[in-house]
Amino acid sequence: MALTLEQVRHVATLARLALTPEEEQRLSTQLSAVLDAVTQLQSLDVENVEPTSHATLTASLLREDVTRPSLPPEKSLANAPAKSGTSFAVPKIIE
Amino acid sequence: MQLTDLTMLELAEKLAAGQVSSVEATRACLERIHRVDPKIRAFLRVDEAGALAAAEASDARRKAGTPAGPLDGVPVGLKDLFLTEGLETTAGSRVLEGFVPPLDATVVRLLREAGLPLLGKLNLDEFAMGSSNESSAYFPTHNPWDVTRTPGGSSGGSAAAVAAREVFGALGTDTGGSIRQPAAFTNTVGLKPTYGRVSRYGVIAYASSLDQPGPMTRTVSDAAALLQILARHDPRDSTSAPVKTPDYSAELEKGVRGLKLGVPREYFAQGMEAEVEASVRAALREYERLGATLVDVSLPHTKYALATYYLIAPAEASSNLARYDGVRYGLRAKDARGLKELYSLTRERGFGPEVKRRIMLGTYALSAGYYDAYYLRAQKVRTLIREDFTRVFQEVDALVAPISPVAPFKLGEKVDDPLSMYLMDVYTLPCNLAGVPGLSVPCGFTKAGLPVGLQILGRAFDEALLLRIARAFEREHDFFRRLAPV
Repeated sequence: MALTLEQVRHVATLARLALTPEEEQRLSTQLSAVLDAVTQLQSLDVENVEPTSHATLTASLLREDVTRPSLPPEKSLANAPAKSGTSFAVPKIIE
Repeated sequence: MQLTDLTMLELAEKLAAGQVSSVEATRACLERIHRVDPKIRAFLRVDEAGALAAAEASDARRKAGTPAGPLDGVPVGLKDLFLTEGLETTAGSRVLEGFVPPLDATVVRLLREAGLPLLGKLNLDEFAMGSSNESSAYFPTHNPWDVTRTPGGSSGGSAAAVAAREVFGALGTDTGGSIRQPAAFTNTVGLKPTYGRVSRYGVIAYASSLDQPGPMTRTVSDAAALLQILARHDPRDSTSAPVKTPDYSAELEKGVRGLKLGVPREYFAQGMEAEVEASVRAALREYERLGATLVDVSLPHTKYALATYYLIAPAEASSNLARYDGVRYGLRAKDARGLKELYSLTRERGFGPEVKRRIMLGTYALSAGYYDAYYLRAQKVRTLIREDFTRVFQEVDALVAPISPVAPFKLGEKVDDPLSMYLMDVYTLPCNLAGVPGLSVPCGFTKAGLPVGLQILGRAFDEALLLRIARAFEREHDFFRRLAPV
């Protein structure tokens, strides 16, 4: 199955990747090859098969809803590329 | 014999007897790293000060007669996917360059509490995506058995460091074979525990339903000793299994007499290198000689594992890696105009080609109009693959099979052809999809002197039996005594 350049650009937008034109070209070829290989699954009858999301987990594990100390703000912010007070700073959101 | 040639348990015995100190052992590792790592390049970061401080504390505990555990003072290394408080952790990616975690992964904390000095952070394929260590954003690691070849991946740095005796043991992670394949490529032992057996808290996520940390060592007994520390229920990981930890050494020496070992015929497909197959077949005959019964079995959906994995893992990755957006940590494109551009430029510059490929593939498989045809279908096929194992384990105690269809290949040989690289994982992927444990134990060498590994697969939470089966072979053929020529 071939992935067109237009589809590659659409997926890149969804994935928030600013690909270069060379990357778009290369990914179109490489992803098409991988998608060709995975079309094999289409031949299986899975009509009445339940999907598996986790192999060994039978039920969700819940813990007691009690408050616990979490990371202090200065530790949480220690790796921030930009911060303002106790917040992460980002460029203007509303244009 | 050098101090660094000892196994973990041999060193532990000497530490307990007071014949050697942890500081001496740690210094021996540091000197060895200094001497051989320029050739091997297993380490991204050596934490000399931290390791020596932990070694001194260990010696003080030993002197006071209060060791923290049997491996107190045995220095080990960590794949750079485990968060280490105060020590840079990059996942082999530019996007996390300079990231200093505010906390330890649970398994890192467990190692510290058990008294093991941590020598530093080991190289890997970027975000654990790869089978050769060549997708590391920093540099490829070289195989200590032949430095022109790959040590495998993604835990290639961990495997190479163990094989080159730079560390006594290491932690790796395995999402589709990333512990077992590099172990097979380096004459070391690698164990991927059952999904949920070892905590993933603080382990940088690739594909959350498949990722599992585990030990990488030179011997089976060392792997058992290390797993003893790691296997704990962790309330911080909601997929961590609330099951008891058995004593992994208790049945280690019991042998294989009377056990039924399945030989899955789908794992001996065409395309396997003759010398690899010969080595694995010889190991199977050895098990027969030791009293096990070999049973021809079929896992009919094996051929769908590759396609299933390369839809599920990238889908989960595309979601997990959404967090690298330049806001809270890591790289930020400072010249971006507006928030959208901040995201897309940061990610474009921070991620390497393999990571972008998988994010794109996963995003596509999850996108509107394709979800049912790709992702949901793959999850259903995953059920069929899991049921293959359930069925076969009603008949046999464990499975024995090859790890990789090939011996370690040349660095650079497959980098331009992603699909041929993905095909390297064909025998290791089903285990992760089914969530069952898998182990790699050295089973021989090719004529060129390249290591071959044997894979042992078992029922969920049956790591003790896998270790016992592997140990039975190791006792007869101590390939681990053969040291990589570095």
